[in-house]
Amino acid sequence: MDIKSVPQDNSSTYGEMKKAIYATSSDGKIKSIGSTGWDAEEIVTQQAIDDLEESRKEALKKVIAKERSPLYYYMYETRMDLSVLAQSTGFFKWTIKRDFNPKIFDKISEKRLLVYCEALGKSLEEIKKIPKDIDG
Amino acid sequence: MGNFKHTHHAHCESGVMSSMLRYYGLDISEPMIFGLSNVLNFVYIPFVKIGGMPLVSYRSVPKAIIKNIQKNLNIQMNLETFSSKQRGEERLDELLGQGKIVGAQSSVYWLDYFPPEIRFHFNAHNLLIYGKESEEYLISDPVFDKSVRCSKESLSKARFAKGMMAPKGLLYYPVSIPKEIDLKPIISKNLKKISKYMLKTPMPIVGLRGMRFLAKSILKLRAKPKKYAKLFLGNIVRMQEEIGTGGAGFRFMYASFLEEASELFDGDLTLREASSLMLEVGDEWRDFALVIAKAIKSKQDIDYKKIAQMLVNISKNEAKVYKKLLEFKG
Repeated sequence: MDIKSVPQDNSSTYGEMKKAIYATSSDGKIKSIGSTGWDAEEIVTQQAIDDLEESRKEALKKVIAKERSPLYYYMYETRMDLSVLAQSTGFFKWTIKRDFNPKIFDKISEKRLLVYCEALGKSLEEIKKIPKDIDG
Repeated sequence: MGNFKHTHHAHCESGVMSSMLRYYGLDISEPMIFGLSNVLNFVYIPFVKIGGMPLVSYRSVPKAIIKNIQKNLNIQMNLETFSSKQRGEERLDELLGQGKIVGAQSSVYWLDYFPPEIRFHFNAHNLLIYGKESEEYLISDPVFDKSVRCSKESLSKARFAKGMMAPKGLLYYPVSIPKEIDLKPIISKNLKKISKYMLKTPMPIVGLRGMRFLAKSILKLRAKPKKYAKLFLGNIVRMQEEIGTGGAGFRFMYASFLEEASELFDGDLTLREASSLMLEVGDEWRDFALVIAKAIKSKQDIDYKKIAQMLVNISKNEAKVYKKLLEFKG
């Protein structure tokens, strides 16, 4: 790619950052140059973000309807899924699934809750709270 | 750390190694690190899922750059991991106190200086820590154009994130670097190694065979729900372009390495031609990404055959690069 063709599309998914791309400069040598974004990349990143956001909103509905425990919501809010949460806590998936039940979640030990808190970056108070329906 | 200078790189691990070795006295570019560590690759593992999508990678496993550079350049490095978070925090301060700059592995998700949009659970990010001011660490993150700061809490959480490829607080730094390194024999050896591997690997999930295998899986998407198909295709492109791949899944960076290698061999024509061919392949990877991005946006039916065929063509054109490299006599 010619250095002049390196896209500078100001992608929202880049935030304030730039990415270095190697491309051919006018003297024929390959150099790195900062890029502010590329539309094609923004589309696929946004697609992944939208998918995570959809899971988060679905989870929020279920928690507000008391079908699932707050843990279920915070897992998606932290961009995790069952596999990542299982790896992050060291708990078996089936035991985590059990904790998605609001009644069982209310009774789990503080020790176990603290492991979830550490994995999800929440305090003991936060993790028990039913999230508010802000932008869901 | 008066004389440390942040440099913007295309990829985290090769960037950290280049910046770090330069600081410790070995002037070596990022593409040279990338080339000499022999990590250019293509990997498609359908049965290993990340975020519900199969693993697609354009390079070898994380930490391979650190380990291969250590081996190939005969540099002695210390790699330290920790079972206790507190011990890992103390050790970092101790090393900084000795005036060292230190490489670290971390999760992307917990680093507060990353744009929230791209904070995904990826545990094999690399960054360089060069100082501490009050409770903030001074960080040279190679994929950022400027140096950044990170709170102690955020950095610790990122260094000790658990899960796949958990960093376990990994810190690394060189302890001895040879005074004179003759790059030429190392280049020759590794060029041949990578070319043979990419062309002739017996494993169907890596190298050029991996690309053809993925092309077959793309054809099979016809039978899958459209939403899944689009996420599957999007994932291929994300792994190719997102967070530090040098654009085009490292192919541009490898072309730059080949150009630098050609200069070291007095303008060797074979290497220069291979570099040009690799640049073209990089452009093809970008075209492939563009076609997929358009298909994701469009409401029309996806032309899976066209996308799969593009990938097969890329594998054929990449083969030309490796065949060219096998002609190299150096």
